[in-house]
Amino acid sequence: MAYYLAKRLLLMIPLLIGITVITFGVIHLTPGEPVEMQTAMNPKVSAEARDRLRKYYELDKPIHVQYYRWVSRLVRLDLGKSFSPDGRPVAAKIRERLPITINLNIISLILEFALAIPIGVMAATHRNGPLDRWTTVFVFLGFATPLFWLSLILMYLFGIQFGWLPISGLHSLGYATHGFWWQLWDLAKHLVLPVSVATFGSLAGLSRYMRSGMIDTLGQDYITTARAKGLSERVVVYKHALRNALLPVITLLGLSVPGLIGGSVIFESIFSIPGMGQLFYQGVMARDYPLVMGILVIGAVLTLLGNLLADLGYALADPRIRHGRGGAL
Amino acid sequence: MKIGLIACLCLFVIALLSSCTDKKTPTPAARTAGTPAYGDAIVIGSIGEPSTLVPILASDSASSDVSGQIYNGLVRYDKNLKLEPELAESWDISADGLTITFHLRKGVTWHDGQPFTSRDVLYTYRVTIDPKTPTAYAENFKQVKKAEAPDAYTFRVTYSKPFAPALESWSQAMLPAHLLEGKDITKSELARHPVGTGPYRLKEWIAGQQLVLESNHHYFEGRPWIDRYVYRIIPDSSTMYMELKAGGLDYMGLSPVQYQRQTNTPEFLSLFNKYRYPVSAYTYLGYNLRHPLFRDKRVRQAIASAINKDEIVQGVLLGMGQVAHGPYKPGTWPYKADLRDLGYNPERARKLLTEAGWKEKNAAGFLVKDGRPFSFTILTNQGNDLRLKTALIIQQRLKDVGIQVKIRVVEWASFLKNFIDKGDFEALVMGWTIPPDPDIFDVWHSSKTGPKELNFIGFKNSEVDRLIEQGRSTFDLAERKRCYFRIQEILADEQPYTFLYVPDALPAVSARFRGIEPAPAGIMYNFIKWYVPKEEQRY
Repeated sequence: MAYYLAKRLLLMIPLLIGITVITFGVIHLTPGEPVEMQTAMNPKVSAEARDRLRKYYELDKPIHVQYYRWVSRLVRLDLGKSFSPDGRPVAAKIRERLPITINLNIISLILEFALAIPIGVMAATHRNGPLDRWTTVFVFLGFATPLFWLSLILMYLFGIQFGWLPISGLHSLGYATHGFWWQLWDLAKHLVLPVSVATFGSLAGLSRYMRSGMIDTLGQDYITTARAKGLSERVVVYKHALRNALLPVITLLGLSVPGLIGGSVIFESIFSIPGMGQLFYQGVMARDYPLVMGILVIGAVLTLLGNLLADLGYALADPRIRHGRGGAL
Repeated sequence: MKIGLIACLCLFVIALLSSCTDKKTPTPAARTAGTPAYGDAIVIGSIGEPSTLVPILASDSASSDVSGQIYNGLVRYDKNLKLEPELAESWDISADGLTITFHLRKGVTWHDGQPFTSRDVLYTYRVTIDPKTPTAYAENFKQVKKAEAPDAYTFRVTYSKPFAPALESWSQAMLPAHLLEGKDITKSELARHPVGTGPYRLKEWIAGQQLVLESNHHYFEGRPWIDRYVYRIIPDSSTMYMELKAGGLDYMGLSPVQYQRQTNTPEFLSLFNKYRYPVSAYTYLGYNLRHPLFRDKRVRQAIASAINKDEIVQGVLLGMGQVAHGPYKPGTWPYKADLRDLGYNPERARKLLTEAGWKEKNAAGFLVKDGRPFSFTILTNQGNDLRLKTALIIQQRLKDVGIQVKIRVVEWASFLKNFIDKGDFEALVMGWTIPPDPDIFDVWHSSKTGPKELNFIGFKNSEVDRLIEQGRSTFDLAERKRCYFRIQEILADEQPYTFLYVPDALPAVSARFRGIEPAPAGIMYNFIKWYVPKEEQRY
C-alpha cells in the first residue's frame, strides 16, 4: 500500500509540471499583455513608460526565463505578486476570496444532496407515476433555465416587488455595528437567492443519478428476498436499497470536491459575490499572469489530490486494486 | 465551523420561508431645499473595484473615482472646466512661459495631522519621473527641466520650452512625502490605506464588496456635509439597476434605455433625480489613410455625407447625446460652435464618388472601379453595444449610396494586437475621451504614427502639425483658441475621422441629496457641498 501511495505521489510531479508548462504557454500565447491591457489607448502613456512597465513585470525576458522564475518561486510555495497595479501577493488575493466561495459551495452542495436524494428516491419508488413525472419536469426546468435570467427575475420579485430580500452582495450597510446574530441573519438573507438559484440549477443531474441507481437496486434479487421476508416497504427502500443506491452518488460527491474552490463568473457577477470566479475572470481579462497561474495551479493540485483520494478509496474497497494486480493504473 | 454551518443553514431555511417586513415605503414627491445638516451616507455603485489607491500607479476609473475623494492636486478643473487653485493658493507664469511658480496653501494637513508643504510636491514629482516607478503618468513631468522648493510653501518648475498642458499636469494627486520618502512605492501600505489631504479618508475596504470613506472634519475647504461615501462594487449593470430601484444605491449612471424608458414612473421620479450632461468623450468612424480606398479625400467626404449623424444619435443613444463635428466637447472653450461640417446629403455623396471614379455599378448594386466593388470592413471592439449599433446604421446608409460595408467585432486584446498595432484595418468605429486640455498631439500629430502610437490611422498634415505645436507652446488662451479652431476646420474638410457623437452622462441620484448643481463638469465637482436635511437622513 505504501509503495502504491509513493508511486502515485511521484507520478503527480511530472503531471503537474506538464500542466503548468501547458497553461503557462497558453496564457502567454493569448493576444494582449498585462501592460498592453493597462495602458492601451491612453494618450498619457508614452512608449518609454510602457517599456518601463514591461521591465518591471519582467515581460522583456524570454518566456523560458519567465517560466523558470515562476517555477522557482512556486517550489518555495510563493505564487508571486499580481500584475495588477496594486501588486499584492497572489496568495493574499486568493485567501480573501476563497472562504466565501468554499462556504457558499458547501451550503449549496449540502442543500443539493439533501433535496436531490429524496427526490430521486421518490421518483424511483413512484416510477412513471404522476409524482415521478412532476419532479422530473421540475428538476429539468431548473437544469434548462438560464440562471442569470432566473436570478434577475427572482431579484425583481423578492427584492423590489415584495422587498423581502436584499438583491446583491453579502452584507447590509453598517453590518459591522450589529451583534453576531443580526450579522448571521443578515448574511442568511443575502444568501437565500444565490443559494436557491445555484441549488435549483444543479438538482437535475444528481436526482436523475439517484433515481436510476434506486431503480437498479430495487430490481436486485436481495430486495426481492427482503420483501419475501415480509419487511415493510419502508424498511426495504430506506434500509436495504438506499445504501447500495447511494454508491454512485457518493462517487459524484467525491468528484465535486475540486469544484468547491471554483466559482461561476456569471453567477458571482449577478449577485455581486466576490468569489473565485470573479477573481479568475478579472485576472484573465487583465492578463494578470501570476494570478491566473496561481488559481490554475491550486485547481490542478486539488484535482490531482481528489483523484488520488478517490482511487485510494477504491483501493480500500476493492482487493483487486489493493494487491496491485488489477492494473488500474 | 460545523455548528456555524448548521446554524447558517437553519437561518437560511428560516429566511427562505419567512416574509420579513423591512420594505421601505416611498417618501412623498414634494421636496423642499431643507437646511444643510451633517450626517448620512451616499452609496455609489461601480462596475469595477479600485486597483490601488496610490494614484500614480492606477489607470482605472474606479481607482480615480475613489482617489479623487482622498487626494488633492495643486490645481483642478472647476465646474466650467477651467483650471482653478486647489492645494496651490495661486500660481504665476513667467513672461517667457518657461517657469511656473506655485504658492501653496498654508495650514493644509494630511489625514495623519502632518502639514502639507512643498516637500510633498517635490517628492511627488521625483517619484513620478523615477525610472523605477511603474507609472503611466511620467510623460508630462518629464518636460520639466528643473523643479525646486525655495521655501516650505513655494514650488517652482522650469521647462525648456513653453508647454501649455504643463499646468494641467499639476492636477496630479499629491502624495505624502513623510510616509513614502526612501521607501519602495510599489510596496507601500498606501495602496490599501491611503493618506491624503482630501475631503474623505478611507475607513474600510472589504475586497470585492465595498469601500467606505469617512468625511475629513479638518478638510481645508470645510467639513463635507455627507459623513460617509460608500463605493459598492456591483459587476453586473442589471443588478446595479435593481439595487438602485430597491434603495440599495443612491447613485448610478443610467443607460439611455433606462433613462428614457424605464425610469419615468412617478414612483421612481419621487425617489430619484435624473441628470443629463455631455460626457467628455466622442465616438468616431476612422479611416486607415494608408489604405488605397481612403487616400482620396473625396471618398472620405462622400462617406461622411452619406451618414446621417442625427439618426445615429436617435437610434443608438435614443437622443441622449449630440452630434460631434470635431475632437472637442460642445460648450468648452476650444469647441468651434459655428464649424461648417458636411451634413447628411446622399446626393453630394453620390456626386463625390462619381468624381472619384466610382461610376459603374455591379449586379448587386454596389459601385465598381477597375473591376473591383467598393467594399470595406468596419472593425470595432467586442463588448461595446453602442459602437456595434453605430456600425450597423452606417452599414445601412452606405449601402444606399452603393458602398458595401462588412462589420467585424473583435475581442479587445486581439483588436489591439492583430489589427491596430499592425495597421491592418480599413475603417473602425472607436471612441476617445476628451481631456480638458485641448492639446491633441498624441492622436493627430504626424510624429505619432509609429507602431503602438495613437495616430494609428496615419493622418499627416503639415498645417495641423504646426498648429498643434503652436497651440501647446503658449499660455495665451486667445492664441490657443485660434489654433484649435483652425484644426477643427481642417479636420472637418479632410475627414480623416467622421466624428459621430458625444454621448450624455445620465446619472440618477437619490432625491434626498440637495445642493447638486449640474454644470459643464458634471455634478460631482461640488460633492462636499451636497447635503441631506436631518429629517430625511437614512444611514
